Amino acid sequence: MSNEFEPLILAFCCNWCSYTGADLAGVSRLQYPANIRIIRVMCSGMVHPNLVVDALTKGADGVLICGCHIGDCHYLEGNKKAESRADAINLMLEDFGIEPERFRLEWISASEGPKFAKVMQEMTETIKQLGQSPFRKL
Amino acid sequence: MITLIINDKQIEVEEGTKILEAAQRSGIKIPTLCSHKALSPYGACRLCLVEITKGNQTWTASSCTYPAEEGLVIKTHSQRVIKARRILLELLLTRYPDSIEIQKLAKEMGITKLRLKPKDMSCILCGLCVRMCNERMGISAMGFINRGANRMVSPPFGKQSDICHLCGACVSICPTKRITIEDVSGAKRKPIPIPSKFDEELGSRSPIHIFYPQGVPSWPVIDHNSCVHLLKGKCGICEVVCQAKAIDYEQEEKKMDIDVGAVILAPGYDKFEPKIMGEYGYSQYQNVITSLQFERILSASGPYGGHLHRLSDDHEPKKIAWIQCVGSRDMNKGNSYCSSVCCTYAVKEAIIAKEHSAGGLDATIFFMDMRTFGKGFEEYYNRAKDEYGVRFVRSRVAQIKEVEETKNLILRYEDDKENKIKEEEFDMVVLSVGMIPKKGTKELAGRLGIELNEYGFCQTDEFAPVAARKEGIYVAGVFESPKDIPETVMQASGAAARVGGLLASARGTLITKKEYPPEIDVVGQEPRIGVFICHCGINIAGVVDVPSVVEYVKTLPDVIHAENKLYTCSSDTQQTIMERIKEHKLNRVVVAACTPRTHEPLFRNTIRQAGLNPYLFEMANIRDQCSWVHINEPEKATKKAKDLVRMAIAKARLLEPLYPNTIKVNQSALVIGGGLAGMQSALDLSAQGFQVHLVEKETELGGNLRKIQYLLGGGYPKQLLEGLIENVAQSKKINLYLNTFVSKVDGSLGNFTSTLNSGIEIEHGIIIVATGADEYTPTEYLYGRNERVVTQLELEEQLVNPKSKIENRKSVVMIQCIGSREPDRPYCSRICCSEAIKNALKLKEINPKHEVYVLYRDVRTYGFKEEYYRQAREAGVIFIRYKEDEKPEVCTQENGLIVKVKDLLLGQELLIDADLVVLSAGMVANPGNKDLAQLLKVPVNQNGFFLEAHIKLKPIDFATDGIYMAGLAHCPKDVSESISQASGAAGRAATVLSKDELEIEAALSFVVDANCDGCAYCVDPCPYQAITLVEYEKDGVIKKTVKVDEAKCKGCGVCMATCPKKGIYVRHFKPEMLSAMVEAALQPVV
Repeated sequence: MSNEFEPLILAFCCNWCSYTGADLAGVSRLQYPANIRIIRVMCSGMVHPNLVVDALTKGADGVLICGCHIGDCHYLEGNKKAESRADAINLMLEDFGIEPERFRLEWISASEGPKFAKVMQEMTETIKQLGQSPFRKL
Repeated sequence: MITLIINDKQIEVEEGTKILEAAQRSGIKIPTLCSHKALSPYGACRLCLVEITKGNQTWTASSCTYPAEEGLVIKTHSQRVIKARRILLELLLTRYPDSIEIQKLAKEMGITKLRLKPKDMSCILCGLCVRMCNERMGISAMGFINRGANRMVSPPFGKQSDICHLCGACVSICPTKRITIEDVSGAKRKPIPIPSKFDEELGSRSPIHIFYPQGVPSWPVIDHNSCVHLLKGKCGICEVVCQAKAIDYEQEEKKMDIDVGAVILAPGYDKFEPKIMGEYGYSQYQNVITSLQFERILSASGPYGGHLHRLSDDHEPKKIAWIQCVGSRDMNKGNSYCSSVCCTYAVKEAIIAKEHSAGGLDATIFFMDMRTFGKGFEEYYNRAKDEYGVRFVRSRVAQIKEVEETKNLILRYEDDKENKIKEEEFDMVVLSVGMIPKKGTKELAGRLGIELNEYGFCQTDEFAPVAARKEGIYVAGVFESPKDIPETVMQASGAAARVGGLLASARGTLITKKEYPPEIDVVGQEPRIGVFICHCGINIAGVVDVPSVVEYVKTLPDVIHAENKLYTCSSDTQQTIMERIKEHKLNRVVVAACTPRTHEPLFRNTIRQAGLNPYLFEMANIRDQCSWVHINEPEKATKKAKDLVRMAIAKARLLEPLYPNTIKVNQSALVIGGGLAGMQSALDLSAQGFQVHLVEKETELGGNLRKIQYLLGGGYPKQLLEGLIENVAQSKKINLYLNTFVSKVDGSLGNFTSTLNSGIEIEHGIIIVATGADEYTPTEYLYGRNERVVTQLELEEQLVNPKSKIENRKSVVMIQCIGSREPDRPYCSRICCSEAIKNALKLKEINPKHEVYVLYRDVRTYGFKEEYYRQAREAGVIFIRYKEDEKPEVCTQENGLIVKVKDLLLGQELLIDADLVVLSAGMVANPGNKDLAQLLKVPVNQNGFFLEAHIKLKPIDFATDGIYMAGLAHCPKDVSESISQASGAAGRAATVLSKDELEIEAALSFVVDANCDGCAYCVDPCPYQAITLVEYEKDGVIKKTVKVDEAKCKGCGVCMATCPKKGIYVRHFKPEMLSAMVEAALQPVV
């Protein structure tokens, strides 16, 4: 393999929409970079800001939280909670001197396989441009 | 069996197996361009050559044609082989430099430049097409001609031949994409693709296909009408390539006898076929499509990935017109009824199209009356106009013509504003097609002996909208009448409730309980993890190097056993997993395969059968989220698969056995409101054998039903009312509380305790809210100041009261939308148009010489009610449309009233002498809803009606489990619709009440009392109000903490992500589990 920088990106995907959208991207054979590691959670509102900040300060090059579109949350409005926490996460990242682009919140529905692939593609490109996380030890 | 050695690996194969196949089966990849599993080996491309040693002799040969022999030693990538392969590839690339497939192989072999001058010969003479046509299709429409350097593939005599079926098999198999379907078909013939029904024929499909990707079960089916094997005994390729051996050509339709106690008919509908509307050019003009085709275009999983797309030139349309009522409200070419759903779906399509448009879209909807009568739909229509800028033109388009060069469409219509004929050009036209009875409905009705109505839908009665006119047969959905999703769901639940009542005595008698062995106690044990990695045939193993993942996993701590399986979901693998658990004393199992969404239940069940708690299982998704999305990057995919499995193992280490909680169910119901809906729900529940407490705030039952004198369809509500009251009184299962209201509600699903104002305390398992609504009291048009101005309900009373002397009112003017569709109350009250027409017809029945005027904004006689609109016009009722910003005026004059209204057709003001002005006052929510909402902790919408869990899919349920709604408390609706929803609520309630105890999800929130300091941050964010702050005494001091009501909690984890102290978490998704996955992801692969 080439020595090009290959980012490591974590994506917390809610079980009902985004994880299903990721599966649909697979069923539809949509190709996106192999830099994403998906962690399934029940709701985007389940992801503690500390989890995101920990991941980034331990060396993840990027972190995504993906949930249902606003209004479609399986748990009424967990995604709205995730949205308001995203602001808190951005503040914490600022304190750590981490570029805000390393964290991204996205709404991807179960039928949006193409959107899932597109977001993963974009995120990978963004992180490639930013370069390796200063916290990454590998 | 034969044993041979390939790359130092001992391999056993059956006699006759070729070396290439033997290597492929054990995961060794050999490049080849001319071999295919389903075709005879040919040895044309020579790329698969290998070094063969037998005794002291060594030679090279093409592995696809060389049969395995006992004791052969094979090298697939020796220096000699690689050197020869490089030369071959270089020659192939010289012959066909443009082939992507050859370029890819060449790149892999490190060939960067050609030493010979490239020739564009295109065809590499692999012979796949010739073998395919001959061996599998049995046609032999092509073959090799000439010899040596002139050798080529050709049809007989070099001409297009009629024996070719244009099946395209040769095209699909050509590795260099040299053959195209155009080459094969020539100028005269055109291949006929098999249209994909799901994509509304916008795309094509193969004879073996999966109906659509999200379908359940997502199994492929073979189309008997197009499968070459079933039609001609040829092909059979799918059987050869399916590694799971799942293809069975012998399967046939089976006839089965099933004994049942009741039947629910829900066959659905077909869409109107717009070809007969010749003036719209459907099927003739490419850019005229149906609304369902447009739905597929808008769909992210549709044929164009959700991008706006014009069929004639694949461009994005900039200007789209929707034409309403295609096949509906049309006596000449379509059906006279209204299809009820098209107005709102057109509005939706226009909005979504605007959102999907990259360069801006001009959306115009041509309509007759905008019938957005459903809950929330009028507000949606307003947003389309005001926020999205969708243009609405009230006109029936007369004709569409195509512009030959651009394929644009010119619409000819009468402009409603200028009252003149106009022509306007659009890029694309969407026909909003109506609903028609499903094909075969007549035969079905004949077989079952049920009646159909004049339009071919099932005949039901106004007071029994879910029952066919034959005992034991019930109906739901469009089979009964055109309707939207919420009404369909209500009716379906209603039909289920009625069946539940009929079969109450047999409930549960056919259930057999599954037995599991006693559970192994794993608490305190070190993790012993077993990992099973799936090939999924070639779905995973074709990309990911599965054996290397297995080897890697074996090096990870706590992994006691790891193995790969061709299909981990097969029944023999389930057996293997159970055996391995016993053999290695495994206490955690990880399967790396497809997605847990579909397969987790299967594996959980398997480990449970081996005595493990089902929650000691974790899955790594290395197919849908790895091999399928990184097809061209096998190395990266393999690395990712290792990471994903390592992450799953990290979580598995920390998994804990969990046990679903059960809650005892109090099998009785509280129904709040004793109107039509409340009584119907109570009766349906009692018929199913449940105790009901029916609470009514008035001194008598009946609610609004008391005020309705007769129905549009001729039914007598008084009769219905008396029957219901009688049945409620007779029922031993119903406790009636009149003059009573609920003052306090505690508890949750299965166990509520309510207190009535009388002080009585009731325990019950569910609640149905049926508190009704009121007629709006107008402040407009002299109402209350002049006795000649009345509401429709007041008129109705006069119409049946002989003392009212209604026959003296010779000129009656009705004004629609009083208190509805106004800024204060933006919703449509749904029933007022039909009510006005009902009373107008009655007036005409009393004296045909009466003048009756209906001043309206849109006439919303949806469904079969359209017929009464027609009858009213025929009877001479005069309909005059007014605009919302040019309202009619009512003034008093001597001996009566005078109504001033601008006639939009004539463009002039009319003055109508009126003896009576009737206001079609809308419906307003019960003002008591707000207090009740607070008691029940459920929401109301901005108009004061109760808010359902999902406007389309859950129109009966509240978001809070165990609480349901019915009738006008939900939104305005007519008698039949109220009855449907009331039965539906009883049906939904029965899903709880029919069980002694409910099993609730085990992965719910759990409070770590030691960490919780009672800060209560988690209390408010909980969407289910499942968390409460509590205090208790600990070591002599008051300790604050929170408590989770597991009957309310759904395990969303909002609390967990809010807690600053790790004081609350969701089981199975504990913070340390998620952190372990993160850390595992960040570990380097060693």
